[in-house]
Amino acid sequence: MEAIEKIKEIAAQGVAGAQIEIINSTPAAQQPALLVDREHVYAVAKFFKEDPRFQMDFCSCVTGVDYLPKGDKPGFIEVVYHLYSVAQKHGPIVLKVRAPRELEQCHVPSLTPLWRGCEFQEREAFDLYGVKFDGHPDLRRILMWDEFTDHPMRKDYAPPADYEWEPTPHDETLQRAAEMHGVIPPTSMAELEKAKKK
Amino acid sequence: MIQPLTESSEKRFTLTPGPDGLIETQTLEVSIGPQHPSTHGVFRMDCVLDGETVVALKPVMGYLHRNHEQLAERMAWLGSMPYTDRLDYFNSMTNNWAYALAVEKLAGIKVPERAEYIRVIMAELSRLQNHASVIGFMLQDLGAWGTPLLYAFRERERILDLFEAASGSRMMCNYFRFGGVRVDLNDAMVAAARDITAKFPRFLDEFEKLLTSNEVLLARCQKIGILPKELAINASISGPMARASGVDYDIRKVDKYGVYGKFDFRVPLGDIGDVYDRYYIRVLEMRQSIKILEQALRDIPQGPHIAPEVKLRNFKIPPGDGYGRVEAPKGELGFYLVSDETGKTPYRYHVRPPSFINLTILEDMCLGHKVADVVIILGSVDIVLGEVDR
Repeated sequence: MEAIEKIKEIAAQGVAGAQIEIINSTPAAQQPALLVDREHVYAVAKFFKEDPRFQMDFCSCVTGVDYLPKGDKPGFIEVVYHLYSVAQKHGPIVLKVRAPRELEQCHVPSLTPLWRGCEFQEREAFDLYGVKFDGHPDLRRILMWDEFTDHPMRKDYAPPADYEWEPTPHDETLQRAAEMHGVIPPTSMAELEKAKKK
Repeated sequence: MIQPLTESSEKRFTLTPGPDGLIETQTLEVSIGPQHPSTHGVFRMDCVLDGETVVALKPVMGYLHRNHEQLAERMAWLGSMPYTDRLDYFNSMTNNWAYALAVEKLAGIKVPERAEYIRVIMAELSRLQNHASVIGFMLQDLGAWGTPLLYAFRERERILDLFEAASGSRMMCNYFRFGGVRVDLNDAMVAAARDITAKFPRFLDEFEKLLTSNEVLLARCQKIGILPKELAINASISGPMARASGVDYDIRKVDKYGVYGKFDFRVPLGDIGDVYDRYYIRVLEMRQSIKILEQALRDIPQGPHIAPEVKLRNFKIPPGDGYGRVEAPKGELGFYLVSDETGKTPYRYHVRPPSFINLTILEDMCLGHKVADVVIILGSVDIVLGEVDR
């Protein structure tokens, strides 16, 4: 594999108009990534898959990462693809694409039409991070149940105060419930009955 | 009292042929699982059947989901090492290795040679017991109740005894540390490993004699659940499943992580990628594992078992990300880790579970086969729900 600067240059030539940026890994890991804009990520991925110099036919790992806003920098969700080549036995090329954290705008193009292996992994990223993959054939929740409404791997996710499942709710749970709902929930069956009658 | 036939019931029981001369039928939706012995855990398949033939199948998972990744993001780096055991609970050693390898990659830790050898020995022993048991489970799905599985478990027992001696636990080993392994193997344990390695081929010969050319096994497994090579690569299938379809890709050979570059072994490949190939590839891989074990146990050097400069407490990683992967018995097991400025806990911790991704093409393999074959096709994929659902 060539150096990352060379790969970036080749990809920029191959896909006209793509904005590509290099993001470094930890100094020891030596796996620099290419950050591609949302409009061109599909074309860049397709280029890497079909170009005979790369032949990235194996999309190994797909995942989301949530970055909260820091100071005046806006937060974003990053989707990371690790591409390898089975034909030439090299890799990885790490593709990253970023989308805003707001649920309505959190869209990236799906790479499932290129690699079937993305199908479940993109569903997982949708389920846990709320990234909508445009062009995914079957974008449903995969690990959480269908009725679940939130995306639990987001950094600002607050777990529900499910005190009703505890036979004797303790102080911490009661306080959390009070913070979330503004009321102290009934602590015993008798109190619950009373509350129901009211 | 006999009820007279009403007009509607008469209509219901009269079978009128359709325009093509055949009697009209309708498909039947069957939910296999989640509490079904052949799904190897709490896993569900939504099948649509036409008679006995599968016309659609959707895997449903998540019954065992516990958000492993988020739990790990709230712990110190080393804190989730014992928790990786619970991913694929059959092969805690290779899970440990994948996580340790990823962290070592991010932090730039060099592992002493003796530790690398111990890791290879433990990983290959895991592979032996995993493949033997998987074949046993698959045969169980075929209706060979107990016998092959218990033959495999008899051998597994000896390997687990060694794991227990080395790590203190039979299945949840928690044996690896960043930069090495937790405790050194003493001479008695190395001798026990040599003994297991020497006796394993005899068991394999016996196993093969009973199974490989068994008429029932051939009839039930050949030409069932064929996975073409191109689809296997495109769908990110890894491990024995991909190699049964003829994909020449073994991370031990490609990445040469640890000391795998030093050993002489071959990567067996299948021809057509049916269930039988997936059975036989595992037998052949066990033979190669024995070859690796013989070399590793012959050449194991003296020296430290863990890099002394790695701190157990206050272990930090500079900001950035990285991906490390190993060839686990089920396929490519990878960890994608992100460290932030504090560096004390993983900012992002993602597991690339092989058996989860290998399920992507379950529907493609099952279409057109009988519902009884679905069970063995799933058995040949080799899934562990602790890893699928995380």
